[in-house]
Amino acid sequence: METILVLTHADENGSVLSKASLEAVTAGKEVAARLSAPLAIGIVAKDAAAAARSVASDGARVLAVSGEAFGQARYASDVVAAEALCRAAKATIVLAPGSSRFTRVMAGVAHRLGGFIDTHITALGGKETVEATRWFYRQRVEAVISRNVRPWFLLLDAGTHAAYAGESQPVQIEQVAVNLPALRTTVSGFRAPQQGQQTIRPDAKMLFVAGAGWTKKQPDGQVHVTEAGELILGFLRATGASLGSSKSLVDQGGEGESVLPFLTHLNQIGQTGSTPRHQKGLSTCCHGEEPHVVGWRFIGERRAISLDPNCGWTRGKADVVYVADAFPVIAKVNALLEAKKA
Amino acid sequence: MANVLHIVVCAGIVPDPLQTLEPVTGPTGPGLKNEMVLPAVLDPWAACALYEAAALAAKNPGSKLWLVSLGPKAKLQQVMMTVAQKVPFELVPIDGPIGGFPDAHATAAVLADTINAIPGLERAELLLFGGWESATRGAGVTLQLVGERLGITDQFQGVDEISLRDDGSFEVLERVEGGKHQVSVCTGAPAVLGWATGNLAEPRNNPQIGMNNMRTIMPALAKATVAKLEPNGLSYVSVSLPKQQRETRVVKDMTPDQIAAELVEWIGAE
Repeated sequence: METILVLTHADENGSVLSKASLEAVTAGKEVAARLSAPLAIGIVAKDAAAAARSVASDGARVLAVSGEAFGQARYASDVVAAEALCRAAKATIVLAPGSSRFTRVMAGVAHRLGGFIDTHITALGGKETVEATRWFYRQRVEAVISRNVRPWFLLLDAGTHAAYAGESQPVQIEQVAVNLPALRTTVSGFRAPQQGQQTIRPDAKMLFVAGAGWTKKQPDGQVHVTEAGELILGFLRATGASLGSSKSLVDQGGEGESVLPFLTHLNQIGQTGSTPRHQKGLSTCCHGEEPHVVGWRFIGERRAISLDPNCGWTRGKADVVYVADAFPVIAKVNALLEAKKA
Repeated sequence: MANVLHIVVCAGIVPDPLQTLEPVTGPTGPGLKNEMVLPAVLDPWAACALYEAAALAAKNPGSKLWLVSLGPKAKLQQVMMTVAQKVPFELVPIDGPIGGFPDAHATAAVLADTINAIPGLERAELLLFGGWESATRGAGVTLQLVGERLGITDQFQGVDEISLRDDGSFEVLERVEGGKHQVSVCTGAPAVLGWATGNLAEPRNNPQIGMNNMRTIMPALAKATVAKLEPNGLSYVSVSLPKQQRETRVVKDMTPDQIAAELVEWIGAE
């Protein structure tokens, strides 16, 4: 019989579980119910009692590793915390959020327990056992996998399950003791990649993708990078959208060409970028290429503005393609959105 | 003061991103159709790691750089013809299967054994580099598992920058949620760094570097050990291409004003 453990961690503030952790709790409840297996929830946090309140009504066994050292995401401390929780729970299947914190550490935990890990899980199925869906080759091939060895660790992609929303209340926590090794790494904080406006918003409903066309010569024979930047930022302000970019546009900075100053490699989507999940996506001035499609795999409704009516990536991939110059269109969109707000 | 570093970069080879991929199932499990004839490149994120490693080694005289790569010998040779012209390194090839479907744990075991056997590698000076994910399996676990097998417990993933200090400690920027970097300071090697894109552009081809590298690459390829990867209980229930094909409406006859109005309505729709 399987024993399910959902490993979770607190968010940046330390007082509540991260959204991705609550999504993993939902997945754990579903799997435990389907397999009629006992469920435990493990928490890694500076103050686990506060963080545990959000899963109190779940009725699952709650174990925790708490303390100052666990307020920070760091391999050496997180790996012993997660290992201790898994041993205490005697888990055969461990579900965890694919957050940066757990992605850094969970393979090491699996190795220490003699287990195996699979990551970027987008769905969990199977009747009497667990079958996990994940993508290969940067979201170009989809596979359903299974393992007959235990413990089996599964890291879940964010946004694939609803976040667990139970009534917040005190809960009985089993504190698990760990022996911390000498820590050689100190986390000193966080740094935003650019000064001023944050353009990456994972929780936004919409993704706005800027392609290299924004920095190319326009019909008047000139480039209009400043105007392009203002239009894009204006759109982001008006819609609250997250900003993605093609690799070619980001790379222009390293090649000495005109660039949009607020773009970094963190905005990049596709083959060497991220594959974000948003309800809607609007692509502008992007052209062709399968890698670009990769970045859009998990976008719900997709529209594009492109001067190329035969653009390879839009046909069959986007719902609507407007064959038009993005400059006047986005300028007008921004004006309409401003007027709507007023 | 410069620090002497022993940097090992783990980098696989992957099909050129512009290739169309079609999965097929053979006697040994899933693979890609015509996989051996698809043009291959060095894994993109691992390539970033290689360029960062070379830059770091160049700034610290006396440092050494090894590139450990697992793949079919013939494909490795093909890819090295280009990669060798980028930066100086010593290749440590492993003749093994290509592709994203073999188990990451088995790959990590082979890589760790190979790194352990590199002559002259000082563990206390080791920085283990690689991509934070591959463009094939994309699991993002292989480097961690290699690190665990080598007993390295200072690990960083999604690295975009490392700043080495005179005392051997270094500051690392790791990508975290929300487009931010987590800033950490480690007291020094050994450490594992899984790179995202970093900050360096791809170096231009330099035939002189290429010729120097190839003097050691060809003998190394000739002596490459053969690796067999265990499945570790991993089985594939199905492997397929995504089926979704959208009915694209191509709009050619609307003015910018009309398009903007339609987009605003769409943006505002629930």
